[in-house]
Amino acid sequence: MTPTTGTYAVKLTVLAIGALLLFAPFLFQDVRSLEVAARICIFIVLVASYDLLIGYTGIVSFAHTMFFGFGAYGAAILLKSMGPGWTPVILGGIAGVAVSLVMAVAIGLLSLRVKAIFFAMITLAAASVVLVLTSQLSQLTGGEDGITYRAPDLFKPATKILTDADGKVLRLWGVAFNGKLAAYYFVFVTSLILFLLMLRFTASPLGTVLKAIRENEARAEAIGYRVVAYRTFVFCLSATFASIAGTIYAVWLKYTGPDTSLSFAIMIDILLMVVIGGMGTMWGAVIGAVLLILAQYYLRDLMGAASEALHGIPVLPELLAADRWLFWLGIIFILLVYFFPKGIAGTAMAGGARR
Amino acid sequence: MSQLTQTLTRLGGVNLLPVALALVAFVLIGAPSSWVTLTVAGLAMGMMVFLMASGLSLVFGLMDVLNFGHSAFVSFGAFVGATVLAGLSGWLASDSVALETLALVLALLAAILFGLVAGWFFETVIIRPVYRDHLRQILITMGAMIVAEQTILAFWGGSPYTVYRPRFLEGSWIIGDVSIEIYRAFAFLLGLAVFIALYIVLNRTRIGLLVRAGVENREMVEALGFRVDRLFIGVFMVGSALAALGGAMWAGYETLITPSLGGELMIIVFIVVIIGGLGSIEGTLLGAILVGLMSNYLGFLAPKMALASNMILMVAILLWRPNGLRPAVK
Repeated sequence: MTPTTGTYAVKLTVLAIGALLLFAPFLFQDVRSLEVAARICIFIVLVASYDLLIGYTGIVSFAHTMFFGFGAYGAAILLKSMGPGWTPVILGGIAGVAVSLVMAVAIGLLSLRVKAIFFAMITLAAASVVLVLTSQLSQLTGGEDGITYRAPDLFKPATKILTDADGKVLRLWGVAFNGKLAAYYFVFVTSLILFLLMLRFTASPLGTVLKAIRENEARAEAIGYRVVAYRTFVFCLSATFASIAGTIYAVWLKYTGPDTSLSFAIMIDILLMVVIGGMGTMWGAVIGAVLLILAQYYLRDLMGAASEALHGIPVLPELLAADRWLFWLGIIFILLVYFFPKGIAGTAMAGGARR
Repeated sequence: MSQLTQTLTRLGGVNLLPVALALVAFVLIGAPSSWVTLTVAGLAMGMMVFLMASGLSLVFGLMDVLNFGHSAFVSFGAFVGATVLAGLSGWLASDSVALETLALVLALLAAILFGLVAGWFFETVIIRPVYRDHLRQILITMGAMIVAEQTILAFWGGSPYTVYRPRFLEGSWIIGDVSIEIYRAFAFLLGLAVFIALYIVLNRTRIGLLVRAGVENREMVEALGFRVDRLFIGVFMVGSALAALGGAMWAGYETLITPSLGGELMIIVFIVVIIGGLGSIEGTLLGAILVGLMSNYLGFLAPKMALASNMILMVAILLWRPNGLRPAVK
């Protein structure tokens, strides 16, 4: 397949996003922007790992936040009980991955043999049970309130990474080299590594087999590939990535609760990001995650203003209220699935093909 | 062993499962009065869930369409019914049973009517373009569910909404030391009536014959010259109307409803449809009653387990019969 102009455009955009994220602490010097940037990094990994499932293999799972939550809660519970440090983070991450793998294998073997639609329903049921259990087992998980804990000492805002001649925190272009910055770069670098690993995986022979299964299951089976085994494998793989992303998010937020890691709202966000960005291209995950998170943080303000402006007209202000942004995204989502099923990245990449 | 199997099959096969469950629960619970109360509660819950699930199951059986937005009809039904009841609260406050009944009937009819119209709209606008494409179906109906839930939030707000119900359905009958909530009995009877009506339509009329034939083999029915797609709109509308009716009944049962009601019930509805086997209303009824009984018994015996009970039931049944208890699609 010869690269099209569109492909270059998409890759350049992704590269630009990567550069912006790399220099985010220097470019946008307020707390909220850094929060947005870190969230974008983590969601890129989460959405890309979901794309492995939905885009590359064509299976729809609603249990992705469950795995994300396992990773987050693994780190959170251990950080709370063992105190801040690297050991609980690593152990928690491993525990999260282990639980995720067990669940993924169980769900996969039980239900990947049946139709895609059954799988979607079963994962939905499993995820909801985990969500309910989490809010009930409050001794372990903190229930609805979640768990607050301290991150490793390196990431404390008071930690000095670099000092100047006076022994104070070194400032470069107004940015203090403190623990907050270290935490951001921890998130950025691990997310980048995870993303590159997934990118490498999709280009591998294994990734090609998955695409073959997505395109024509019967033919792939006939050539001699064991479809169920491959599907279960990719389900486990994506669960692992999601779980690690959860651990990183837990370390960054210093708080883990159902709303930040397990809720169905996050699952819907992931779904929207994958479809809006473009299924079946890792690049789409990046674009989708960036667009949606920016919308989440900044569209609300815009809509709140619009709602104020339209005060007095029936219904419209309510539909434009800041909390109703999901309404509009839902409509955009439906229209995209109808008219541009490949999403932004997929459509753009196909765009330059006509010569 | 084989003789035992034969006897069991003659007695009703898998239909005996709820009876067996009830008997086991009877032994475990011990107290007959609480057992009766729990059984009635379970049957009532099962019947309401059956109303919600039957449409989903038939729609899938007939056209291979799984509607993840089905829960939107349930929520809308609940809110439309509750709004009509609130609007007629003057009638409910009056002492006349006739006016109260009329208010109730009007509320349920409003929910049904809304379900019919919304079902028609949903089928033609949302689902028609994505027949035979499971991935996009799941995505689109999911998107529609988001939009529907947000619409409810915009109109009714996020705070819990109180549902008025007619006074003659309040309270409970006390027979000996057994107490039965009247609303539960009413829900059970209504569900039973709907099931019997559906059963007769499906098994005794020409339309029903076509629906069953379409579930079995759509291509063949189309080849014989019948327009299965038109039939499908009808089934979809009826299914949505039943879901809305189920939602309205559930609103009266809960008396305090929030917009997330549909989403919460959807999990149970899915489990019921999977357990029962897609495409058959008998299977759906069986699954609904099993789930209803199971969650009520376990809620009494081991409250912590109750949360996971439906999931355990589903896993157990899928391991035993991967296509559900009574699948219509062979």
